[in-house]
Amino acid sequence: MRPVGSAAPSLAVFGAQLRDRPLRLFVSIAAIAVGIALAAAVYLINESALAEFGRATRELSGTADLAVRGTKAGFDESLYPQLATRAGVRVASPVLAREAALVGGGTLSIEGVDPLVAAQLRPELYGDLAGRYVTLLEPDALVLSAAAARELQLAQGGTLALRVGVGERTLRVVAVLPEGATTRRVGLMDIASLQWLTGSLGRLTRIDLRLAPGVDASRYAASLVLPAGVDAMTPALEQTRAANLTRAYRVNLDMLALVALLTGAFLVYATQALAVMRRRRQLALLRALGVRRIELRLAVLLEGAAVGAAGGLAGTVLGWLIARLVLSLQGADLGAGLLQVQTTQVATPPFALAAFIATGVVVAVAGAWLPARRAAEVAPARALKAGDDDAPARVHERVALALGLLLSGAALAFVPPVRGLPLGGYASIAALLAGGVLLVPAFVAATLAHLPSPRAPLAALVLARLRLSIGQSAVSLGAIVVSFSLMVAMAIMVHSFRDSFERWLGAVLPADLYLRVTPGADTFELTPAEATLLAAVPGVARLELRRTLQLSLARDLPPVVLIARPLEAGAGNLPIIARATVLEPTLPVAYVSEALHDLYGVPLGGSVELPVAGRKVRFAVAGIWRDYARSTGSVIVDLASWEQLSGERRNTEASVWLGARATAQSVGEAISARLHAGDALQVIESGALKDRALAAFDRAFAITYALEAVAVGIGLLSVVLAFAVQALARRAEFGMLRHLGLRRAQVLAMLAGEGAFMGAVGVAYGLLLGLVLSLVLVYVVNRQSFHWTLDYVVPLGQLLAVALTLVAAAALTAGLAGRVATSGSVVRAVREDW
Amino acid sequence: MSAPLLVLDRLVRRFGPDRPAVIDGLSFTLEAGEWVAIMGESGVGKSTLLNVIAGLDRPDEGAVRIDGIDLGDLDDDALTLLRRRSMGFVFQAFHVLPYLSVGRNVALPLSLNGVDERQVRPRVEAMLAEVGLADAFARSPRELSGGELQRVAIARALVHRPRLVLADEPTGNLDPKSATQVLALLARTVRAYGGGGLLITHSRAAAASADRACEFDGRALVPLAVR
Repeated sequence: MRPVGSAAPSLAVFGAQLRDRPLRLFVSIAAIAVGIALAAAVYLINESALAEFGRATRELSGTADLAVRGTKAGFDESLYPQLATRAGVRVASPVLAREAALVGGGTLSIEGVDPLVAAQLRPELYGDLAGRYVTLLEPDALVLSAAAARELQLAQGGTLALRVGVGERTLRVVAVLPEGATTRRVGLMDIASLQWLTGSLGRLTRIDLRLAPGVDASRYAASLVLPAGVDAMTPALEQTRAANLTRAYRVNLDMLALVALLTGAFLVYATQALAVMRRRRQLALLRALGVRRIELRLAVLLEGAAVGAAGGLAGTVLGWLIARLVLSLQGADLGAGLLQVQTTQVATPPFALAAFIATGVVVAVAGAWLPARRAAEVAPARALKAGDDDAPARVHERVALALGLLLSGAALAFVPPVRGLPLGGYASIAALLAGGVLLVPAFVAATLAHLPSPRAPLAALVLARLRLSIGQSAVSLGAIVVSFSLMVAMAIMVHSFRDSFERWLGAVLPADLYLRVTPGADTFELTPAEATLLAAVPGVARLELRRTLQLSLARDLPPVVLIARPLEAGAGNLPIIARATVLEPTLPVAYVSEALHDLYGVPLGGSVELPVAGRKVRFAVAGIWRDYARSTGSVIVDLASWEQLSGERRNTEASVWLGARATAQSVGEAISARLHAGDALQVIESGALKDRALAAFDRAFAITYALEAVAVGIGLLSVVLAFAVQALARRAEFGMLRHLGLRRAQVLAMLAGEGAFMGAVGVAYGLLLGLVLSLVLVYVVNRQSFHWTLDYVVPLGQLLAVALTLVAAAALTAGLAGRVATSGSVVRAVREDW
Repeated sequence: MSAPLLVLDRLVRRFGPDRPAVIDGLSFTLEAGEWVAIMGESGVGKSTLLNVIAGLDRPDEGAVRIDGIDLGDLDDDALTLLRRRSMGFVFQAFHVLPYLSVGRNVALPLSLNGVDERQVRPRVEAMLAEVGLADAFARSPRELSGGELQRVAIARALVHRPRLVLADEPTGNLDPKSATQVLALLARTVRAYGGGGLLITHSRAAAASADRACEFDGRALVPLAVR
């Protein structure tokens, strides 16, 4: 009976080798650490953002059990007495929230409340104002939070000028809340004063309800009969709704981080596999000395686990630091602008952090799995024989599995989204990638078999060497195939997106000038009188007005955007992707975005119910339009129909076409002067608006580009490492060739040739695989995540440039590795036993 | 009268200015057709001597002349070409390339010397027949025993009929019977082609197969009676 724990000798040998090759150890740990760090950073930033959002939500609603919420436009305040007197309601606090445009630029959130009622729900916010309620009731009285006072550089007694309509109003700061009251940047006013100030008489945006003890909030919310577009939500539901807003984007970023991690796993696989190949003799010796197969296997796996644990730990710490840096530099928004909250506190969920470290271990052990099997399979008698330096290539052993995975990958691409996530798409990519990588040896073997035998002795040597070392070559190619194919797929998706986005911008921004109120501000709107003034500005040839507002169509989904604008016949001025052939003739028409079509199951040619002035109105869905600006859904209706149905005559945006000799600058200045709107109204040239949109697009994908670069960098690193390891292992061979009369330059050229060839094969294969993966990304993952379609465009020039760079880098690094290997005592290496 | 095949003239080689010379003023002459065994203690500098003779290492003083050509007058390229054309090497560890067939391994020196491909195969097959591996052209080195691999290495060292063969412990990995066969083969073929050779060995039996044997002590090659 063998004693338990006899893996110790092999572990000692492996440990000694790890210490002996610190660079290899470092690269493997770094590869895992980079992947984990990116995944952890993305996760922690989003967790921090959601935690902050949750805190802000709790702060907002205080101890309320339900928030009855409308959109920005709000709802009629007659709902308040109905709810306040309803059975089961203990406290009802009305709120009007407005984003006020400040004179001098920027906005400030102002909440109008009834301080006496609100103090019952939010004592921490209003407790300090006890005894000063009468002051707060004055029409120009404003209380600032500490954060707002700090940023606006105001103290008690100061004044703040707001832009309201085309005029200005000045408010007095009657108090500044202490730091502990709220972290938000907010102002508080008496609700009646704010209604009066902003022209919102009779309007509310929220009613916070505290229910009687024992009343179930969710059931109570469901029992309420509310006007169209008004929902009752529990704080938990509000949190879910916020999380849903960013979920697809977040999951996509996590998947991208996993790409880097996956490449790291391949690097662990490549280094371990090469190490096992290199150590065949030593492994055989251990076997001959009595070490069991399982012990060898365990030793390789434990080595992988140690690398994974170190990488996981380093990556988690690094990820936390990255998250902290990003939060302090740009807030809790990863570039998509979906969840903009201010926080510098990094969430530190212990289980999640432990899970990241564990992921590092799992990934590294998975990477070491096959090499461990190989280590255990080493036949001692054969491996100990001189001249048997390479394991025989087994290029066809996993072809069936590879084909199975490829077929599964193709099938998984057709799986519908699961809870709004493209899980089938991700599984498809994983299967295609795994199948594709397993086919690499067979692909390389087939390529080499079809190459004619060259006459030049050096080329013949290169080819012969490559043919024999397919196993090693395939291993070193694995990581570059993975990283390059994913890079190709990502590049095609991003390029397709950018190209489609640019064309979409051209379609939706046909005018010369655009006018819009300061983003976020809702204290300024264009009245019919102002629109008439605008149309009369010299140089304005044509004016098109638009009204944009938010609508809530479902309680658990983020609001959608309604755009009321003049529609040409057949909506020829919209980027329509599908039109209905038959419509209910009596209904007004609406064009829904792809996201709205997907998320709400609105059928083309059917109808959609939209809340208009507190009641539901059916619109015929005449078409589906492409909207890259709003992933939560949007709907376009004709402005005239909207004005007729809602009675609203104000607008938020306008497009201006210039006359023959007018310049954008002169007309822009004339408009600003005519409206006296100051900085509350932005006048932007079409080109600048497009540039700004494209810049925002590039910013949003900055993280994607960074992750791509990391993945390719890791892939290239694996090739460098593989070449270095192989070159060092072949020193005696180079020494012999030098004895036979090969110049050093010829040996280096031979190695560079091998590198260039393998690089070219890897890149060509990665390109093919990447094209397949890009189809899944564009048509499945993108479609299911963001609900918009893209025109498939391949950035051929860009991809070829990267491909050539990679091939050159592979050749160069192979040559450099050879330079190191053939320097110094290479001639003495012939004395070493192979 | 033609020049000797190999002349070592007051050869000095040291590794570092403060270290004693490994080769210290050695002079030696090898005539064509001669097969000489060199013995000596481990670490005395036998392999350094072989590297200096092969032009893979430069002496600090003195000269190495092969067929009257002073290696000190040649640059690295010219030395490489000289090695390619005029020298053959046999190593203890065989160094047969596992990714080439036996025939392609043996053909390497011919291909490197630009011999017409139509002449390569017949010459390789003849050489393989000479070393007793007549049917091994297409076989993989993996299929061969240690003795057979060393025969392949000898065939590769001799196929281009080099003037000088340098063999460093060629029988170190072989059993006595194979060792005897390999040594006899080396001596016979080197002489048959009119070249000469140096055999580095620790084995007195191996040294006995040479025309003469010497012991290297760093300064001189002292004649040694081994028979």
